[in-house]
Amino acid sequence: MNEREIELEVLRYDPEVDEKPRFQRYKVPCKSDWVVLDALNHVKAEQDPTLSYRWSCHMAVCGSCGMMVNGEPKLACKAFLRNYTGVIRVEPLAHFPIERDLVTVIDDFMDKLKRVRPYLIPKEEKSLAAGEYRQTPAELKKYKQYTQCINCMLCYAACPEYGLIPKFIGPAAITLAHRYNQDSRDGGREQRQEEIATSEGVWECSFAGACSEVCPEHVDPASALQQVKIESTIDWYRDHLMPWLKK
Amino acid sequence: METIQTDVAIIGAGGAGLRAAIAVAETNPNLRIALVSKVYPMRSHTCAAEGGAAGVIKADDSLEHHFNDTVGGGDWLCDQDAVDYLVQEAPKELTQLEHWGCPWSRAADGSVAVRPFGGMKKERTWFAADKSGFHILHTLFQTSLKYPSIQRFDEYYVTDLLVDEGRCQGFTAIEMRSGQMRRFQAGAVIVATGGAGRMFPFTTNGAIKTGDGMALAYRAGVPLKDMEFVQYHPTGLPNTGILLTEACRGEGGVLLNRHGRRYLQDHGMGPETPIGKPEFKTMELGPRDRLSQAFWHEQKNGNTVPTEWGDCVMLDMRHLGEKKINERLPLVRDMCISYLGVDPVKDPVPVRPVVHYMMGGIHTDINAATPIPGLYAAGECACVSINGANRLGSNSLTELLVFGRRAALSAIDYLQSARPAQNEAALVAQADAAQARIRALFSRSLGKETISGLRKEMTDTLEENAGIYRTEQGLAAACATLAELRHRYADIALHDKSNVYNTDLLQALELGSMLDCAEAVAACAAARKESRGAHQRLDFTERDDVAYLKHSMATYRGAEPPQVDYRDVVITRSPPGVRDYSGGKK
Repeated sequence: MNEREIELEVLRYDPEVDEKPRFQRYKVPCKSDWVVLDALNHVKAEQDPTLSYRWSCHMAVCGSCGMMVNGEPKLACKAFLRNYTGVIRVEPLAHFPIERDLVTVIDDFMDKLKRVRPYLIPKEEKSLAAGEYRQTPAELKKYKQYTQCINCMLCYAACPEYGLIPKFIGPAAITLAHRYNQDSRDGGREQRQEEIATSEGVWECSFAGACSEVCPEHVDPASALQQVKIESTIDWYRDHLMPWLKK
Repeated sequence: METIQTDVAIIGAGGAGLRAAIAVAETNPNLRIALVSKVYPMRSHTCAAEGGAAGVIKADDSLEHHFNDTVGGGDWLCDQDAVDYLVQEAPKELTQLEHWGCPWSRAADGSVAVRPFGGMKKERTWFAADKSGFHILHTLFQTSLKYPSIQRFDEYYVTDLLVDEGRCQGFTAIEMRSGQMRRFQAGAVIVATGGAGRMFPFTTNGAIKTGDGMALAYRAGVPLKDMEFVQYHPTGLPNTGILLTEACRGEGGVLLNRHGRRYLQDHGMGPETPIGKPEFKTMELGPRDRLSQAFWHEQKNGNTVPTEWGDCVMLDMRHLGEKKINERLPLVRDMCISYLGVDPVKDPVPVRPVVHYMMGGIHTDINAATPIPGLYAAGECACVSINGANRLGSNSLTELLVFGRRAALSAIDYLQSARPAQNEAALVAQADAAQARIRALFSRSLGKETISGLRKEMTDTLEENAGIYRTEQGLAAACATLAELRHRYADIALHDKSNVYNTDLLQALELGSMLDCAEAVAACAAARKESRGAHQRLDFTERDDVAYLKHSMATYRGAEPPQVDYRDVVITRSPPGVRDYSGGKK
């Protein structure tokens, strides 16, 4: 197999020692089918056991290894070295506080995810003995794409609004709320709208579309946010112009 | 040391841990739940399961069929009372997930769709395309956010169980963010930490699957059961070990050797079935142990395809067509293209067997209880045993739901029985000792041993000596090497002295877990002088029901190798028989 030596420039930061983040370079012999994560693992095992980063599945499904690669949000396990030339700069995901090296503090996302009630609020209760809710393939298709979010937070690192206004609930959390709103079994939309159809919710979104460009699972959060905007506009007109339609 | 008081503490927040947490919260909202995991719940390795979860739902299927497939698939080493419980609870648990919003794939009429799987007589595998584990995990995690009584402790690594007066009363854990150790004082503890595949160099398992929970229970005195049974999945991508789900074959994919021959027919799993029309329990729908063993023989006979990543066979899915592959196996296609540069729509995909699953684990009874009162285990880390000597694909996702819930109910029952007063001073002393052990790692000066060096020696010896086929000589070498590695492990020191997110420390502790588990694997494999399921001996090629229709029980003995004893298998109605996967020959 072809090998080549690459050079990584990795952000290092240990709050116990460093006043501010610094960069450290590593030369790594790499195989042609390696990803950035393989190179980091090589550094960790062979050169520098102090380098800290999160990873697990190495197949783009656990969402642990989101980081900036040459300034772009990427999963390190799906950022192929063959696509890069020169020194590769690796930094923690933008817009999140740095905990240590490439590890970010993600409390903000975890809090926001919980706020949008990302769970089924059944339209009608059904006992287990009565079996499953019926849902046709067409009904499934309506929301399926939005279930694919792996919570990697690349979209938050890409989103210019989130960078400016941290209280913005952000692409992934709103998309997951929309996922349940679109589920034929669900009746919880009104509860979720209280969180997402607000100035901290979709109305903060300027439709830059960066979230959808970086999403490794092709969830297309931008489309979910636009759908929420349209629906909440319809809600407004219905409430204000046709109040007799209100339940 | 800060103390956290709770009623039920759960270690691990993957499928089994989350299911247990929700079961406690639903059954008794007044109980305090501490859900403690070394990673955020959605990072747990349940997310990587692809194919689906087995549960009888079709009119032409029956619990008896599921029972028989499971017991036969496990080469009669399953406890049959536990299998009965599994198959009876399975449809309820899978329906429960549906009620929580799991996006199961559907039939045209809106009912849940099921697909065929290896070793199963009927279509009974519920699936969400080929990301079933991912959707199960996220459905459980998102549902868990509903319950205020579930308090999460994300990125806490548990170091020691605290056992006093014969009862498990909590544990110590390091908060990764601060490096501070906390003492969890709990009425009951459930271990749900998953597998230990990282003991091997070539595995489908994520980096976090290091057998931590198994090692915790083992060191606290619970035997590890049936550890020699390590499942190789027959179809991994040869460069990365990424799994290509059994559903590839369930949907009709076929395995070819160098000559283009569907070689499974030459290894007791024929005659050949028509291309694209898979038949239950034969050829490509044989069980995983048999398929991985067939690869070994093909390789030995020079029939495999040499590639730059080693010898492979070819998984051919071209005849399924682009539409079906995109609909049923989208992740498989994406991963083949991304990681190997092969599009399964256009070309056969080179694959080889890869370490996938531990049938063995923490010894529990049918109620998920370990022999230590107050300590329970569920999921891959546990051995109930419903998997016996070989797990059937799609039984493990079901197992973690059924026994995750069962562990929760058992823990609640236990809390209701009158508990004697706790001797807090004794627990504090144990916690202080645990902390001193961690501090010693920081203060020890660097010697010649490295974590990555020891880890490599461990994975190499297991691969070489405890793989698909094993011998007395190889296993003796593995036992000797592992004993030596455990000895040398006592000398490792840390390069990283920071308290903040110290992964050097984490990897040191994980290596300790893996070495203990690996020694149990090798010792049990050396002691079992027969071939059964995933444990195949070149020097004892037959199954021996007289001597070894028994569970291996490995007991921890500190620096010494484990003691291996045996325990009877529960046989209720299915006496050991012949595993026949010869399809049309019947």
